[in-house]
Amino acid sequence: MVAPSLKLQDLIEEIRGAKTQAQEREVIQKECAHIRASFREGDPLHRHRQLAKLLYVHMLGYPAHFGQMECLKLIASPRFTDKRVGYLGAMLLLDERQDAHLLITNSIKNDLSQGIQPVQGLALCTLSTMGSAEMCQDLATEVEKLLLQPSPYVRKKAILTAVHIIRKVPELSNIFLPSCAQLLHERHHGVLLGTITLITELCERSPAALRHFRKVVPQLVQKLRTLVTTGYSTEHSISGVSDPFLQVQILRLLRILGRNHEESSEAMNDLLAQVATNTDTSRNAGSAVLFETVLTIMDIPSAAGLRVLAINILGRFLLHSDKNIRYVALMSLLRLVQSDHNAVQRHRPTVVDCLQETDASLSRRALELSLALVNSSNVRAMTRELQAFLESCPPDLRADCASGILLAAERFAPTKRWHMDTILHVLTTAGTYVRDDAVANLTQLIAGAQELHAYSVRRLYSALAEDISQQPLVQVAAWCIGEYGDLLLEGNCEDIEPLQVEEEEVLALLERVLQSHMSLPATRGYALTALMKLSTRLRGDNNRIRQVVSIYGSCLDVELQQRAVEYNALFRKYDHMRAAILEKMPLVERGGPQVDEEAKESKAAAKLSEAAPVPAEPQASKLLDLLDLLDGPSEDAQHPPPLDPSPGGALVQLLDLPYAPPPPAPIPSLKVFEREGVQLNLSFIRPPGTPALLLITVTVTNSSGGDVTHFICQAAVPKSFQLQLQAPTGDTVPAQGGLPITQLFRILNPNKTPLRLKLRLTYNHFGQPVQEIFEVNNLPVETWQ
Amino acid sequence: MQFMLLFSRQGKLRLQKWYVPLSDKEKKKITRELVQTVLARKPKMCSFLEWRDLKIVYKRYASLYFCCAIEDQDNELITLEIIHRYVELLDKYFGSVCELDIIFNFEKAYFILDEFLLGGEVQETSKKNVLKAIEQADLLQEKTENMFHSKSFIGSKKAY
Repeated sequence: MVAPSLKLQDLIEEIRGAKTQAQEREVIQKECAHIRASFREGDPLHRHRQLAKLLYVHMLGYPAHFGQMECLKLIASPRFTDKRVGYLGAMLLLDERQDAHLLITNSIKNDLSQGIQPVQGLALCTLSTMGSAEMCQDLATEVEKLLLQPSPYVRKKAILTAVHIIRKVPELSNIFLPSCAQLLHERHHGVLLGTITLITELCERSPAALRHFRKVVPQLVQKLRTLVTTGYSTEHSISGVSDPFLQVQILRLLRILGRNHEESSEAMNDLLAQVATNTDTSRNAGSAVLFETVLTIMDIPSAAGLRVLAINILGRFLLHSDKNIRYVALMSLLRLVQSDHNAVQRHRPTVVDCLQETDASLSRRALELSLALVNSSNVRAMTRELQAFLESCPPDLRADCASGILLAAERFAPTKRWHMDTILHVLTTAGTYVRDDAVANLTQLIAGAQELHAYSVRRLYSALAEDISQQPLVQVAAWCIGEYGDLLLEGNCEDIEPLQVEEEEVLALLERVLQSHMSLPATRGYALTALMKLSTRLRGDNNRIRQVVSIYGSCLDVELQQRAVEYNALFRKYDHMRAAILEKMPLVERGGPQVDEEAKESKAAAKLSEAAPVPAEPQASKLLDLLDLLDGPSEDAQHPPPLDPSPGGALVQLLDLPYAPPPPAPIPSLKVFEREGVQLNLSFIRPPGTPALLLITVTVTNSSGGDVTHFICQAAVPKSFQLQLQAPTGDTVPAQGGLPITQLFRILNPNKTPLRLKLRLTYNHFGQPVQEIFEVNNLPVETWQ
Repeated sequence: MQFMLLFSRQGKLRLQKWYVPLSDKEKKKITRELVQTVLARKPKMCSFLEWRDLKIVYKRYASLYFCCAIEDQDNELITLEIIHRYVELLDKYFGSVCELDIIFNFEKAYFILDEFLLGGEVQETSKKNVLKAIEQADLLQEKTENMFHSKSFIGSKKAY
């Protein structure tokens, strides 16, 4: 026999005495070796001590699976000490994944029926903690027998074990339902609490049980009333509130019973009002009960007055000194702001004050709630508050705040000018945090408000002159200066201080933007185009502009180079057409997904299903294609215009044309996938001149109510093909017809073999991961012949 | 309640009670992540946070964090009361409880918890009854020990 083993507390001391992780590991490994040996020898006297030590090292993270069988032996032992440790071990080491766990079923059965209360308690506790479905099936009747036993100690445990059994095996509900009626007459708080929990569980799982238990509503109301009106009881009161645990549980059950049921909720209205007004909320216990009351009032068809009372309670909570209570109030108000908007509006000032909270989780909720409370009558005041918040709020809230303000402005702007000012303010304060479509929205807004052109261009010019780092602002400003540069130079505008701007200053500013390392490529594109437009707007000669444009003709950035070369060509060869081409843009009609103004100017929009976006290769040949089309206005008709027809329509369309020659005969596009509003379409192009090449544009649209995120599309083709996937435009398709994702596939089919295509999609939708693998059928013959 | 964790300011686990079936690996992962998240909270922050799809309620008592994971429909404020009640029970049992008591008598901490909560639900709202039950169990343990050993044990808090 091994030397007398270490006592548990001695081992703990030794482990804690270890100075390093390595030392600790050594001590534990040594001890575990002893424990293993002891288990092997089967020493019954010290088994409980060995297992206790093992459970300690298990908590430190060391493996203890070799103790599982010992738990069984200890549980089966008649000694209470053994059972205590054995059951604890079972709860810590055994779970339904190990086959061994079923072996304790018999021991539990024996222990349940042998009548020693502490032992029965252990067995019930273990069953309710780690009992698997099979164990529950086997032991359900034993537990049921204990429900109406005399001792409340055993009964309360049996009831909660029944709750666990029902959670694991709902079909067993019927066994426990009959006893509930009798158990409700209990006066023992523990038994009563368990019973309420049991009834709640039954009602949540079965509509029939729910109907059945509606008839106990009066009884529950009575019990709660007694609790509330009873004086102080040392045993059950917390801070002057009688048994708040029981009160909360009763309120929860009443909520479930009263939901969608007029009669039941009427029976509880008075009581709820009583609890709501009489509960002392100076301490947390009272607030907990009051909170549950509010939740119940709001979830059942209560009288209007009661609902307002409940929301006012939440409003009061917002002013509470305890931030936990403010937190639950904000959460609840957020849930109620849609259904009870007017009542929540009354607390708007308090909500706005909560924006100043130091705790980020509170200020975030306050922000969400504030945004939800903006309406047409308070929009000016609220926007002021929110803008002030935007200036000082922590960075992780900036994006939400900025987009929230912009959204609210869009919905409720009293005047266009106010709208413009608001957007401008957001862009200057938090420009880097705004969403991509903010630029498009603002240019759209400005373009549509003719009376604001002068005002806008001045304000944007001043803002730009101050700071060229905030990209969205720079982009909008550049665009605006390009479009309305002539108004900028005129010098007077009623609404703001007269501003004297020289032509050279304007050009210098745009050049600064072009050269700044802070400017994104897209921003540079805006600036270059703006410079170009100014060549027709400004009165001076265009040498400076021509110089800049020609410099950028050899820029490394492909996009800029292409533009510069084209603009150069406009100067050199087509000067007579320059003015017409660079005329002010007509208003773009907003429909469907927002398409960036710039995208319209330089590339074919993804909406054009007939054309394929060709990888940009700035070459003289492409330019020639464009110039060829200038000669044949009749060819314009073949290109579906993304813009509305307008006086300058034909000319404007030129800038929108794809840079590839028109496809000979369009191949019909194909819908290949549809699932819960998410749709995948393929459109095909066989560029003439490259017979082996097939370009497929994949378009992913989303008409459902949930966003699609992390979208990835992979494709496979037979071996004789060559497949190249270009990068998709994004991986997110917002809900309700948000901007689609497009992706280009290039397939080379030199042998002209029939095309087969297999697609694999993975994405998240409605919070669930989705994976679909399928082969595309019905590919048109023209795709490969 | 889905689970309750007790851990020190250094992130050492002192008690773990799981009311949902999870593999050892998952438990370790959850514990590690949650401990990190809670320890990163500043002292003045509120006791509630949202983590994965659960609500976490935590409170610090001296050097120990008591951390519970509850479901969406559960009442956060009453969970604070549950935590507080458990601390009171420990305090009554050990007499001015400190972290060391829970380290050296971790099985007792579990036994006490198991008399207060069962299957994740409150089973007994009377402090007196919970302590009485523990006392009975300790006495029964003593009795059976005395039957097997000639030496007698003093008090129920003696080591094994």
